[in-house]
Amino acid sequence: MSNATSAPSNSVALPDGWEMVVGLEVHVELDTKTKLFSASPNRFGDDPNTNIDPVTLGLPGALPVLNRRAVELAIRLGLALNCTVQASTFHRKNYFYPDLPKAYQISQYDQPINVNGYLMLPGDVKIGIERAHLEEDTGKSTHFGGSSGRIHGSDYSLVDFNRAGVPLVEIVSKPDIRNSDQARQYVAELRSILLAVGASDAKMEEGSMRVDVNVSVRRTGEPFGTRCEIKNVNSIRAVGKAIDYEARRQIDVLESGGVIRQETRHWDDAEGRTHTLRTKEDADDYRYFLEPDLVLLDPDTEWVDAIRASLPMLPAERRARLSTITGANKESEAVYVIVERGQDDYIATVADAGGDASRALVYVTQAFAEEGSTPRVPAADLARLTILERDAKVTATQAKTILSELVANGGGDAAKIAAEKGFEALDTSAVEQMVDDAIAAQPDAWAKYCAGEEKALGAIVGAVMKASKGKADGKVVTAILLSRKG
Amino acid sequence: MTTPDPSARLSRDVVAKVARLARLDLTPDELDVMTNQLAGMLDHFSDIDKLDLADVAPLAQPLPLKNVLRDDVVVKGLDRDEVLAAAPAAEDGRFRVPPTIGFQE
Amino acid sequence: MAFQTAVDIAKQVASGSLSATTVLEEHLSRITEREGEVHAFNLVTTESARATAQAIDESVAKGRPVGPLAGVPIALKDNMCTRGVPTTCSSKILEGWKPPYDATVVTRLAAAGAVFVGKTNLDEFAMGSSTENSAFGPTRNPLDTSRVPGGSSGGSAAAVAAGFSAASLGSDTGGSIRQPAALCGLVGVKPTYGVVSRQGLVAFASSLDQIGPFTHTVADAALLMEVIAGHDENDSTSLPQPAPSLTAVLDRGVKGMRIGRITDLPEGCEPEVLTRLDEAFETLRRAGATIVDITLPSLSYGLTAYYLVAPAEASSNLARYDGVRYGLRVDAPDLNAMYAATRSQGFGPEVKRRIMLGTYALSAGYFDAYYGKALKVRRLLADDFSRAYSSCDVILTPTSPTVAFKLGEKTNDPLTMYLCDVFTIPTNLVGHAAMSVPFGKGAHDLPVGVQVLAPALGEEQMFMVAAELERGR
Ligand SMILES: [Mg+2]
Ligand SMILES: [Zn+2]
Repeated sequence: MSNATSAPSNSVALPDGWEMVVGLEVHVELDTKTKLFSASPNRFGDDPNTNIDPVTLGLPGALPVLNRRAVELAIRLGLALNCTVQASTFHRKNYFYPDLPKAYQISQYDQPINVNGYLMLPGDVKIGIERAHLEEDTGKSTHFGGSSGRIHGSDYSLVDFNRAGVPLVEIVSKPDIRNSDQARQYVAELRSILLAVGASDAKMEEGSMRVDVNVSVRRTGEPFGTRCEIKNVNSIRAVGKAIDYEARRQIDVLESGGVIRQETRHWDDAEGRTHTLRTKEDADDYRYFLEPDLVLLDPDTEWVDAIRASLPMLPAERRARLSTITGANKESEAVYVIVERGQDDYIATVADAGGDASRALVYVTQAFAEEGSTPRVPAADLARLTILERDAKVTATQAKTILSELVANGGGDAAKIAAEKGFEALDTSAVEQMVDDAIAAQPDAWAKYCAGEEKALGAIVGAVMKASKGKADGKVVTAILLSRKG
Repeated sequence: MTTPDPSARLSRDVVAKVARLARLDLTPDELDVMTNQLAGMLDHFSDIDKLDLADVAPLAQPLPLKNVLRDDVVVKGLDRDEVLAAAPAAEDGRFRVPPTIGFQE
Repeated sequence: MAFQTAVDIAKQVASGSLSATTVLEEHLSRITEREGEVHAFNLVTTESARATAQAIDESVAKGRPVGPLAGVPIALKDNMCTRGVPTTCSSKILEGWKPPYDATVVTRLAAAGAVFVGKTNLDEFAMGSSTENSAFGPTRNPLDTSRVPGGSSGGSAAAVAAGFSAASLGSDTGGSIRQPAALCGLVGVKPTYGVVSRQGLVAFASSLDQIGPFTHTVADAALLMEVIAGHDENDSTSLPQPAPSLTAVLDRGVKGMRIGRITDLPEGCEPEVLTRLDEAFETLRRAGATIVDITLPSLSYGLTAYYLVAPAEASSNLARYDGVRYGLRVDAPDLNAMYAATRSQGFGPEVKRRIMLGTYALSAGYFDAYYGKALKVRRLLADDFSRAYSSCDVILTPTSPTVAFKLGEKTNDPLTMYLCDVFTIPTNLVGHAAMSVPFGKGAHDLPVGVQVLAPALGEEQMFMVAAELERGR
């Protein structure tokens, strides 16, 4: 189920006169073989502390060397987000925490690699991307003892450094998002782009894509209010819920005469609420300064151009193409779903094979959910089915039955299956006879229909269907009835 | 940013805050000594305040290297048991640390 | 007392006329004799040294090729990682820590046939100019044990001066090779930043640190440089150039070279030091060089820039000593208390002072006034040097304003100690090459060093001048 469509809104309406302002910071782990600054493996799910080396552990004397592939993936992502790729530097962000081995994170600060991009949402909503910068991930602490396994009140923590040093890109949006639907659409679209360019597997449940949400509220037309950052938002659904909850909370505070403090809040999905993690006053002073162990990263034009040339067609363009082929709205659920599943190429092939693309869109949406980007049913087989249905050789209901057979058998001759099942559509003259018989049998109903009472037609169509044992095509029956009405 | 007034160059409170940032415990006596010594140094370092640096570009690294990159190839890393054996405290394949409470996160 | 040079040892060992074992035992016996009073070492690796020497002798006997440093006893400053061998930085916080990997220089020396005799004492984390800031007690100058050997690589200097090793490696962040070389009567080289890999050198100030050799002669220094220098893909700041061929340039002389003399030299030098410097200029002039007057108006501001930049980087580099993954932990009930207890008990006073100074210089509200300004001064200095090098090839200065001073003489006032480095610091800030060459005696009949400064990658001309000074001394 796609989250990025213009499907009915899940947003909770704000009280009149209030507006929310939302910006997202999304961290994604890049799909490299090794870490950002060392040759130890970037692999999820291994035994703790098995993917470690002197750099990962911050051993004395260990030095970082930048991973070319990570840079390339960051540039791919930046270009896909319409960013400018520029000369960039790395800084040290200094703070003490057990899962941060060197006590500083190497991150891009005032000169990030990608700046000034944007991403389009349904309804031609443009969300600005301020930056998409490279940085290293931290290790992972697990808290033990105490009541809840949470960080506060625990007895001790155990630290695993497998994740430390894994390459991340942090994508920071401009505060252009105005409701939780847009936020969900943004995350879903970003995820599709990440998958399309191969930058990340973008699994929110495994933490390879992590969303922090900045929310503030204001009375319409007024300047930005004080924002709160919400962490631990672990699904697209939670993004929407957390934003709606937080905006409502802030409005309640303001309406009751309170003030919003700038703080970091934690989304509790089970409770469906946010609560204070830390306030700005006790935030660390990160003492950023240029990382002396690394040098300028200044990708030359040829490299960037080569990366640009190797980019695949992006989801938005794929949706536009699918829309053109099938005639469906580019913001329809089906178009989103098919592109997300990567089955749009398949539908294009069905069309190339002479099939009816609009029928194919319906078939694939409904029956190919488990099939992935290369369905087992040969495109030509599906094309033949769409033609049978278009030419009224089988009814829609019959086509669905044949489709199930095709999916179950990984293909097959639609016409042959139709014949085996006795699905040959009735000869039109036979249907005409049945229609005329039905009109004759129910003159009252026919008179009412002719007088403009559409509902009256049901009885006559029902009689035809009964006479044909369901083999008459509903569309054909309707057409004949129209011609009889004159 | 203007240079802080030399006479008030460094207060004991600022030094205490810096010590917290650096995760150093200083006794009250150590804090006094440290404040004096740092203030003395900063006074001496005020010689550069008279330089006109407005149009000078900072130099953070001595030599202009760029684009030093490594191929994305795995090299065998360290042995977990060897590393954990040298750690102050380890448990269950991981490094063990005390709980997080107290000043700053 | 004249000791055998590294060049001589390597040649004789390789030819089979002298065994590496004999050479080693001579050095070990001098260690037995005087180490108690000098305290050059944190660790003497007698057994592994004997095994290495024996292996080299076997190779020679079997006619297998041996490296350019075959059988040369070498000491390593105890801030260079040696696999399985304790590396302490003379700090309690790393006491007993055995690195799981070798520094690049260690790998290269070993491959060249060097015999490691031990890890030498230093000012804790290389912060100091006298080797009195070691958690394991001071090193004394072998030439006068009431005096310091200089620092921070005082142990490495003392080891060579006392004949405990034929050569040694130190690290130089603001003069930590050149100043002790001067105070101990040795040749000491701070290569151009990026010429020698820093991989495995425990960082003090990353944009300033360089490893270099201590030797008795310029030729020995050239030989060691050829082994340890050259590109290393594990250090992003390593220059792409291969190691320079320095042994080949030593006999070229200085005819036609332009030697810069700073007309506005900072004050505070002992008179004998200035006299020796004048004699050094005269020596080069007689050998055919031209003396050119130059000015470096920002030179004296280097000290301030250095004492803001180096502590700032150090405060970050030393934050990793947190009691979590290795080294000392002092137990406490919660994480932040553990951090603070560990770091407060693990670091000595000078290290704490610099961490405090550096943390302050980087912190919000002070960054622009201190660290930011220091980086701009660094630029001024670089501009000064590039102007100067448009009219000269190398520059001569004193290495240290004074000869070796007494233990305890400067320990009460950190600032006085910092002033020892006024001539050496600028080189590190701009990343250039420099070396100290012994040139006569000063007060108390103690050695004086002359410093030869060269631009980035100017090692060849620097060694040509150093060799001429050595011949004319
Ligand atoms: Mg952020
Ligand atoms: Zn981040």
